[in-house]
Amino acid sequence: MATLHSYLLVSGLLFAIGLSGVILRRNIIVVFMCLELMLSAANLTLVAFSRFNGSNGLPDYHGQMMVFFVITVAAAEVAVGLAIIVALYRARQTINTEDLTSMRG
Amino acid sequence: MPLPLFWFFALVMLFGGVAVVALRNPVASALSMVASFVGLSGLFIGLNAFFVGIIQILVYAGAIMVLFIFIIMLLDLKIEEKRAPKLAPLLGGLGIVLGFTIQLIGVLSKTPNADWKPLDLAAASAAHAQSSPGISTKLAEGHLPDVNLIGDILFKGYNLPLQIVGVLLLVATIGVVVLSKRQEA
Amino acid sequence: MAWVLLFLPLIAAAANQLYLKRNAYIASLVSVASVAVTLVIALMLLGKEATDSVDWATIGEFKLQIGYKLDQLSTGMMVVVTGVGLLVHVFSLAYMKDDAAKARFFTGLSLFMFSMTGIVLASNFIMTFIFWELVGLSSYLLIGHWYQKDSAADAAKKAFITNRIGDFGFMIGILMLWGITGSLSFDGMKSWSAGGGLEHVSTGVLGACLLCVFCGAVGKSAQMPLHVWLPDAMEGPTPVSALIHAATMVAAGVYMLFRVQSSIGAEAFDNFAGDTIAWIGAITSLCAALMATQQDDIKRILAYSTLSQLGYMVMAVGLRHGDAGMFHLFTHAWFKALLFLGSGAVIYACHHEQDIWKMGGLLKKMPITGFTFLVGFLALIAVPGTAGFFSKEMILHAAHEYGDEHHNMAFFWIAAGVAVLTSFYMTRLFVVAFLGKHRSDDASHAHEVGPLMFVPLVVLAVLAVVGGFKLAHGLAPATPHGAGEFEVNPIFWVSVGALALGAIPGFLLYNGKEKDPVSIPFFRDRFKIDDLYDNVIVRYFQNGFAAIVHFFDEFLINGLIVGGASRLAEGCGGLFRRVQSGNLQGYAFVFGLGVILVIYFTAF
Repeated sequence: MATLHSYLLVSGLLFAIGLSGVILRRNIIVVFMCLELMLSAANLTLVAFSRFNGSNGLPDYHGQMMVFFVITVAAAEVAVGLAIIVALYRARQTINTEDLTSMRG
Repeated sequence: MPLPLFWFFALVMLFGGVAVVALRNPVASALSMVASFVGLSGLFIGLNAFFVGIIQILVYAGAIMVLFIFIIMLLDLKIEEKRAPKLAPLLGGLGIVLGFTIQLIGVLSKTPNADWKPLDLAAASAAHAQSSPGISTKLAEGHLPDVNLIGDILFKGYNLPLQIVGVLLLVATIGVVVLSKRQEA
Repeated sequence: MAWVLLFLPLIAAAANQLYLKRNAYIASLVSVASVAVTLVIALMLLGKEATDSVDWATIGEFKLQIGYKLDQLSTGMMVVVTGVGLLVHVFSLAYMKDDAAKARFFTGLSLFMFSMTGIVLASNFIMTFIFWELVGLSSYLLIGHWYQKDSAADAAKKAFITNRIGDFGFMIGILMLWGITGSLSFDGMKSWSAGGGLEHVSTGVLGACLLCVFCGAVGKSAQMPLHVWLPDAMEGPTPVSALIHAATMVAAGVYMLFRVQSSIGAEAFDNFAGDTIAWIGAITSLCAALMATQQDDIKRILAYSTLSQLGYMVMAVGLRHGDAGMFHLFTHAWFKALLFLGSGAVIYACHHEQDIWKMGGLLKKMPITGFTFLVGFLALIAVPGTAGFFSKEMILHAAHEYGDEHHNMAFFWIAAGVAVLTSFYMTRLFVVAFLGKHRSDDASHAHEVGPLMFVPLVVLAVLAVVGGFKLAHGLAPATPHGAGEFEVNPIFWVSVGALALGAIPGFLLYNGKEKDPVSIPFFRDRFKIDDLYDNVIVRYFQNGFAAIVHFFDEFLINGLIVGGASRLAEGCGGLFRRVQSGNLQGYAFVFGLGVILVIYFTAF
């Protein structure tokens, strides 16, 4: 049977993949997807801990509550974020992060 | 969860993730992400978190990814035109990932591991006998009433956060409407 | 009450400057009213003894106080200041009637009255110093009133800078005095002195300290070698010359010296400091009198005469007889103000002609001005019975007494010689300007001035006569023992002899002459002292100093400190600017790096 460490390792790897996507990709939608990957990796960690640190013979449902809320907030975040991307595309005709340089000092 | 199943889902998830990062076509990225989430929800279900696993499929793979694909198609994005990949960001990104992975292994090697233990439904049934008899009966029958348990704790222990999250969703909805409205010149 | 006395002129000045700039007529009335009220208050306070002070700033143990000290000296001086001030203000109403910047002029006068009141009432040396600088400022503003004229602007600068030199020494002197006596207030010094503090101080330190304090008086009272500004200050309007540069401000140096002398005791001057002061006074007195004999400008003659009389007073202080000096200050204030206002009336009547050789015969044309001027002239040359006679007698007495004690009659004979010269040059002035027949059209068209001008002259003339008598002594800041008494003794004969020796040749020499029969270029050129300053100090010293200052300003301040600071900020900004690449991936990279570091520090 899989141990806690194998879950944590897998979730950490997923997080790292997501981070590498955020750093490497220039399409802002893909960057956004990678952010979702990272959130999901965090969720996997939470669920794994909830299962392995059970109480009264059951998983610790407080951890799953957190996952529930994370998913909800992520849904809201995706909705707003995509709306921002659409607005951005309307304004600039691009979603390539290399072309978005108005923050350059 | 048996190890072969675990590795199967884990590899589906990880390869999906790698594909998200590696594929040039955003639609392909989105579809790989669906695959990744399916693997993830398999892991969730293997951890006895049935409800979260289903939610992951329904909300993420179902709703959110559809939204992504919808936006991608709305914006009519072509495949990223081939830009000469710059070496420095590539190395930097991979370096960060590598550093992170090494740290992860280091942390895991220092922290105590926990072995898989089957759920003790009888004890759980006894614990819920007073507070929620319905759950207790189902537990005594040998089922894990996951949705009942989550509902119980969500509405009893997390009622206020639930309401607040509801408001948050409302605000997000309004925000999206405002943001998407075409500005009159 | 005393606070009102102090601040009323300031309020008037502020009101004039802030609200009444466009309404010069009201501004002038406000100033006159304020000085009239202060005169009334000064008369009410006359002879009272009181002190009061408020803490202005506290620095550790040390308290900086603003306060007043009322005694015979300060209240008497206040009467002189406000009395002369009122008359000059009234005179100015007429004299400055058509001036374009009348409001500014009266603002300056009120500011001066405030500053002078501050000096007179000050209860401590810091306050004296503050107001000392303020009178310097108001003097600067008033000398430069007609700043469109280069000569007036230059004279104002000259007065200010020359005073600054003296004030530097004055400041050191104040600090030394503070160090020696441990107190800045006059009362504190008095109690220190009464407690035998003088015995614990070495003569050298005390003398040096007094000489530093004396530096301030040298600047303000225009003693040698800083006397050069006073004749030039005559570029200001004549009422200003009368008020500031004859009666009050220039006397502030003497007042301050006497304040020191009465606070720490005349014994403190019993060393080289007192002798130096006396010598400087005597030399100034003599040189100024010599210079006065060859001047043609009526105001310059009076200016040199003022210098000479101030030298007298300073000499008296140096001879440990400050009371005689103060008494002379008191009488001198009236008759010198009278002479200046008289000359102002003459100048006004002659359409701003100041050369005495272009006047003549004015006594007939302007009888009131002429006769009052005559009274002032008689008082200045110390004709027996006038105020000037009594006070000059006291100084001669002081010099004689000192001579007896120290077997050194030099001061006495210098004083007598100055008396000869005084009566000579004043006779010359009066004979040339007022007698004989007119020598120019301006003089021929002169006519008597209006009542606003001659009333102050008449009042001053009365005071110039009675000021010396006993009945007026209550008004005086200080009256030496035996003042106002008439006694026929050898000193009296010396005095009368000097009067005759100066006046008779003066009359014979100048009566009926068309131009100056005597010409001594050396005296006319003021001993070449101004040229010396211009050529040596201004050229070499000032230019060298300017080069040093320029170096500091341009390289150290501008280049290194100001420029360096800006360059540093610019460099840092440029450095951090690179971090703000505007590249999202760059930020994500740095963010990831930060996460790794956080993990490293928390987990390992």
